[in-house]
Parts: sequence; C-alpha cells; structure tokens
Amino acid sequence: MAEKVLEIRDLHVTFDTPSGPLEAVRGIDLDVEAGELLGVVGESGSGKSVSFLATMGLLPARARVTGSVLLAGEQLIGASAKQMRSVRGRLLSMIFQDPLSALNPVHRIGNQISEMLRSHQSLSSRDADKRAIELLDIVGIPQPSDRARQYPHEFSGGMRQRVVIAIAIANNPKVLIADEPTTALDVTVQAQILEVIERVQERFGTAVVLITHDLGVIARVADRVNVMYAGRNVEQGTIDNLFDHPSHPYTRGLLASLPRPGKQRLKPITGFPPNMVNPPKGCAFHPRCEFATDVCKSELPSLVSYGDLQTACIRAKELPKAVILT
Amino acid sequence: MLRYILRRLAWSVPTLLLVTFLVYLALRIGTDPVESYKRVNPRASRAKIQQYIDINGLDPNFVQGYFKWLKNFITGEWAPSIKGRREVWPALKDAMANTLRLGTAATVVGIFFGLIAGVLAALRPGGRRDVFINTSAFVGISIPPFISAILLQLLFAVYWQRWFGESLFPTSGVYPAGHSGFDLFLMLKFMALPTIIVAIQIIATYSRYMRSSLLDVMNSDYMRTARSKGISERRILIKHGMRNALIPVVTIAALDVGSIVGGLIITENIFAYPGMGLYFLKSFGDGDFPLLMPWMVVIVASILLFNLIADISYAWLDPRIRLE
Repeated sequence: MAEKVLEIRDLHVTFDTPSGPLEAVRGIDLDVEAGELLGVVGESGSGKSVSFLATMGLLPARARVTGSVLLAGEQLIGASAKQMRSVRGRLLSMIFQDPLSALNPVHRIGNQISEMLRSHQSLSSRDADKRAIELLDIVGIPQPSDRARQYPHEFSGGMRQRVVIAIAIANNPKVLIADEPTTALDVTVQAQILEVIERVQERFGTAVVLITHDLGVIARVADRVNVMYAGRNVEQGTIDNLFDHPSHPYTRGLLASLPRPGKQRLKPITGFPPNMVNPPKGCAFHPRCEFATDVCKSELPSLVSYGDLQTACIRAKELPKAVILT
Repeated sequence: MLRYILRRLAWSVPTLLLVTFLVYLALRIGTDPVESYKRVNPRASRAKIQQYIDINGLDPNFVQGYFKWLKNFITGEWAPSIKGRREVWPALKDAMANTLRLGTAATVVGIFFGLIAGVLAALRPGGRRDVFINTSAFVGISIPPFISAILLQLLFAVYWQRWFGESLFPTSGVYPAGHSGFDLFLMLKFMALPTIIVAIQIIATYSRYMRSSLLDVMNSDYMRTARSKGISERRILIKHGMRNALIPVVTIAALDVGSIVGGLIITENIFAYPGMGLYFLKSFGDGDFPLLMPWMVVIVASILLFNLIADISYAWLDPRIRLE
C-alpha cells in the first residue's frame, strides 16, 4: 500500500439549526494515498462536501467538528487559524462546483493565481506573474500571457474552471479536493476538465479527491471509490471491485439506477434521503432497503472487509450476488 | 471611455434645456413672476416693469419667452433680484460655496464613519456589535434633522453656556455678525453643528448600505476561494470583500452628493446657514424669478454631472461594466 497523505478518522460535523442539532457527518473514516484519485460519491446531503470543507477548515464557526484529520502527519482538527492558513493552498487545496462564481470578478486572472503563489512562497511579483502564466499553460489555456491580463467574465465556464484548477495546483499541493468540479459544466466541457485533473494528478503526483454524485465521472477517472450515505461511509474499494460486485444495497441501488445502453428501464432507489435532523436509527438506509431486517433498525453498522471491498452492511454476506450489468 | 464621457456631456445639453424649460413653465404658472415683481415694487413705473419682463423673458408666449430668457442667461445678461435689486451671480456663488463646504464636510465625515460602522457590523452579523450599530443607525435615521438639530443646539449652546459660561458651538450663520475676511477656525466652529446633523443621517444610511453590501459579498463563492488560498483574514476582507462591496456603495454615494448641491434645506434653515437651501427658500418665498432660474440651472446641472460621475466610477470599479 502506498503512503497515506490524508487520514480521516471518526470525523463528526454538527450544525446547530433552529430545529435542533444537525449531524451532517456521523463518523467518517477515509484514507487518501499519495498520488491516487479517490472518488467520493453520494447524493445531496450525504455529507461528502461538508467532510472535506471541514478538512479544509472552511466551515463556518458555528459548525462543530470532532475527530481526527491527519494531513502528512499533521493534525488539522483543532489546529490554530494560523496553522490552517499555512496548510490551505500549500498542502491542501480545493476546486469548487461553480466556476462562474468561484473567481473574484474584479481582479485579473493572473493576479488571482499569483496571489495564491505569493501567499505561500517568497516570490517577486514578476516571478509570480511568470509562474501564473506557466500554470495557465499547464491547465490548457491558449495564449496564457494575454489571458492572464483578462478578467473572469471574459472566460467561458470551462475556461474558468481551468483557472480555478491552476490556482489550486499553484503551490503543488499534496492533496487536491475537487468538489463537484464538472457538475455546472456542459458534458463536452466536463470531459475536458476531468482530463486536466487527471493530467495534473499524473504530472505532479498530486492525490485527488473527486467529490461527485455522478458515478459516470467516477468510473472514468477514479482509482478507488468511497460511497457515502447519510453522513457515513457505506462502502469503499477499488473502482473495478465496486462496480463489478457492489455489496452494499445502497451501492447496488446507485449502480442499478445508472442509464446504460440496451437497458430498458432505469431502476430508481425508492424513498427519499433521510432528514438529517432526525436520521433513522440503526443503518440510515434501512427504510429504503429491500433487504432490511429488524437488526438493521437498531444497529449502526461499521465498515468491515467483505471480499475486496469494505462494506457497512451486516447482511452483505447473505445477500445474493448483485446482478448489475444486465 | 473618453468618447463615452464626451457623448454623455453632449447629451446633457438637450436634457438641461428640456428640464430648464419645464422649470421655467412651472415658475411662470406657479408663481406668476410679473405679479411678484409688482407686489415687491408697488411703485415701479410701467417702463420698469416692461424692462423686467424683457430681460427675464416673461413674454405671454411661453416658448418665445423661454428662448429670450435662455439667450440672456447664456450671454450673461442676468436680471437683478426683484427685492433690493441685488446682483444674482455673487449671491448664488456664495450660496454654492457655503453649501459645498458644508456638504463636503458632512459627506466625508459621514461616509467615512458610515463605512467603518457598516464593516464592523457585517464582520459578525447578529453579534452584539452588529445589534448596537444597527439599532443606532435605525435611531439616527428615525430622528428627523429638525429634532436632532434643536437637541444639539440646546446641548452645545444653551446648556453649555449655562454650565461653562460660554457656548461651545454657535447656532447660526457662517461667521459672527460684522465679521469680514477668512478665518478657518471660526468657520469650522460655525460649521460644526450643521455638519454633525447632516453627518448623522449619512452615517446611519451608509452603515446600512455597507453592511448589507458586504454581507452579500461575504457569502459569495469567491470569498470561499480566497479563504481556501490560505491568505490572511485582513487581506480577504480588504482585497476581496471590501473591493467588491464598495462598488454599489460608491455609485449611490456619487448620486447622493449630486443632490446635496441642491441644499440641505431643513438643516440650513434651522442654522440660518446661507447655502443653496436657504437661498431657495428665500427667493421662492419672494417669488424672485431672477434668483430662482439660475439656482434651478445649477441644481439640474449638478445632478446630471454626478449621474455621469456615478456611471464612470461604477465602470471604473467593476471591470464587467464597459461604457460604450
């Protein structure tokens, strides 16, 4: 096994809301290995973005975060604001969902990149500008020296997302968190952005965490996958194992609901995602699970090895082999 | 940009003509300038009245009359005021200077403290400081200037004199009676109370503008991008937050300054401060057409000018806006 750059253990995130405390993340364990591309998949509200915003220290102050996040051996939970500032953008950086609003409209593209460079490296402004142009070239923006002088509104959505990536990789971070980086983009542009992310991962050896609700995206680029449901991980494993023999009923449901050529009807997961102010007792998926038993309603399952996968389902061994591809 | 400014300036000429024509109509219909003249000068000869009508363009035909007035206005043949036959330009110039002085002082003080208060409030929304600033702003907006002016006059003049033997700030005028020449200290002392009164309103209004504008910006995605870069909170606030939040505030400020030239009618009246507002009240009361028309021209021109300045500053601050 390769070196672990990011180790998340028993991460909990709770928000106080008018209707009571809302536990958005309920004990996540997750490892990111150096240079790998880890896909994190789950539906809206499964806690996937919140987990990594907590890792970045970007949640509002009213969020309570407990547990352990080790980045290259450095504990981030409970770290001082100064320590987090030094980590953010240098060891750990993030790409956001909506490239149209992620860039500051009043500053030039080049300056937004060199700001990132100069906040963690002692560079002259000339060297930083030069490096910013190189970065624009790396993420595939034509005529980078002209484009660096332009403003965000002069860029298309896909081009802006490339700029956001250029900012994120400016200081060659160990881990790049991409939070739904392609969701707001056209399908053709999505593929280009994924290519840029893969290129960065290969060229600089950056570990990438790709957060998405789109299994198609995961299947294209990820090495390993982590499936989240209701603030917990329910299944993880390599992309081939998870796609070929999913064992958790939720993962099965996700894969069964994917459109495929030749498939007559899509099979959706019945029911609705749980209300996180008052999540179901036991396994949070039991109200929607066709295999649920009484035990599922009372016992909260944790990840256990099952074949090549790790699965949080007590019935994983008894369930019939999933038949997904027909 | 230069072409845009020139075109806007060129367009303001017909606008100015149209608006002054409407003002001319309103004054002719609303105040009947000839009757006012006869009332103020009951023993004026027929020839004098005719001369007054000619020079002011008060012909029975409004359109002809307007153009006659316009020609005389442009060539500098301005009629003297109907009361006391004073020359209009020196009076108007003094009034403008006084109002600009008061308006500028109040605007600078008001916007400076208003913006600071707004930023402090927005930094921790819902916090104790925010509640305090918001409440104070609400009180500031709610107390009309004629109340706050009288309260301050009571405090700094009447009671101060009772307690310390001498009032701190005078309550009326620009200089003490009989004073001549320029005296900065004396002038500031006379300006203090009216400036405070106007500034309170501006602080209250702008702290609220700034607060809501900055709160909008603080919740935007690019602020999160800025935070994800690991730069200092101070830099995030100033380079990313304030820089964006100021765009709408500056635009509103430019428009507000344009209307301040019109005089702070209530405040100037209470403090007997001889600015544009008091000028207007007096000349309007007398139905003094020769005094009123140039005043109107100045007001309309300043509003047009500051509208242009607002547009230019908007484009200058926001690269997404291009003036064509």
